[in-house]
Amino acid sequence: MPRLLGVDIPPDRQTVISLTYLYGVGPQTARELCHKAGIDPTVRARELGEDEVARLAALLDKDYIVEGQLRRQVSQNISRLRDIACYRGIRHRRGLPVRGQRTRTNARTRKGPKKTVAGKKGVKDLR
Amino acid sequence: MSRSLKKGPYVVPSVYRKVDALNNRGSKEPITTWARACTIVPEFVGHTFMVHNGKVHVKVFVTEDMVGHKLGEFSPTRTFRGHGGKSKK
Repeated sequence: MPRLLGVDIPPDRQTVISLTYLYGVGPQTARELCHKAGIDPTVRARELGEDEVARLAALLDKDYIVEGQLRRQVSQNISRLRDIACYRGIRHRRGLPVRGQRTRTNARTRKGPKKTVAGKKGVKDLR
Repeated sequence: MSRSLKKGPYVVPSVYRKVDALNNRGSKEPITTWARACTIVPEFVGHTFMVHNGKVHVKVFVTEDMVGHKLGEFSPTRTFRGHGGKSKK
């Protein structure tokens, strides 16, 4: 079982697919990585040699921001927006959509599960 | 889509001139403006702007983090006072 960057162990899938289990690595980056490391993208991750895994790890380390570091970067960006109290920061604080989507209906991803309001016709804008 | 780099940031000339004048004098009075679409450039840091929100001018003190944003982002145009509540009915 190959281990990349500490904890991540995606085993019997093709290398390209396995790599996408890393936070910050999608299909595009995965393909790129395989190419740069000179690895056949279709070979199962379990069959990767130690040196191949090492090469991937080195590449990721050098040129990519993934996993914890990426998560940190994202949350830093958000907290920056919050701190300067700009429009986007305020939307983040209130847990509402940030990019101008409608909130009369939908927006459930940001707003969370419906909170039904008594005495309302239909389920309209909640909260 | 973001603005073409060729054009540079959109800075309202009159606002820029004012800031420039204040910088030359080394003073920091608030600048009253309606130019919400004006991008904040590094020269603005440390100044206070009174940015119109459609009704009043909201005081915005520009810090380094705000560079690259627009003045209007810091002057909310809507007030949400909450829905319903027993007291209102």
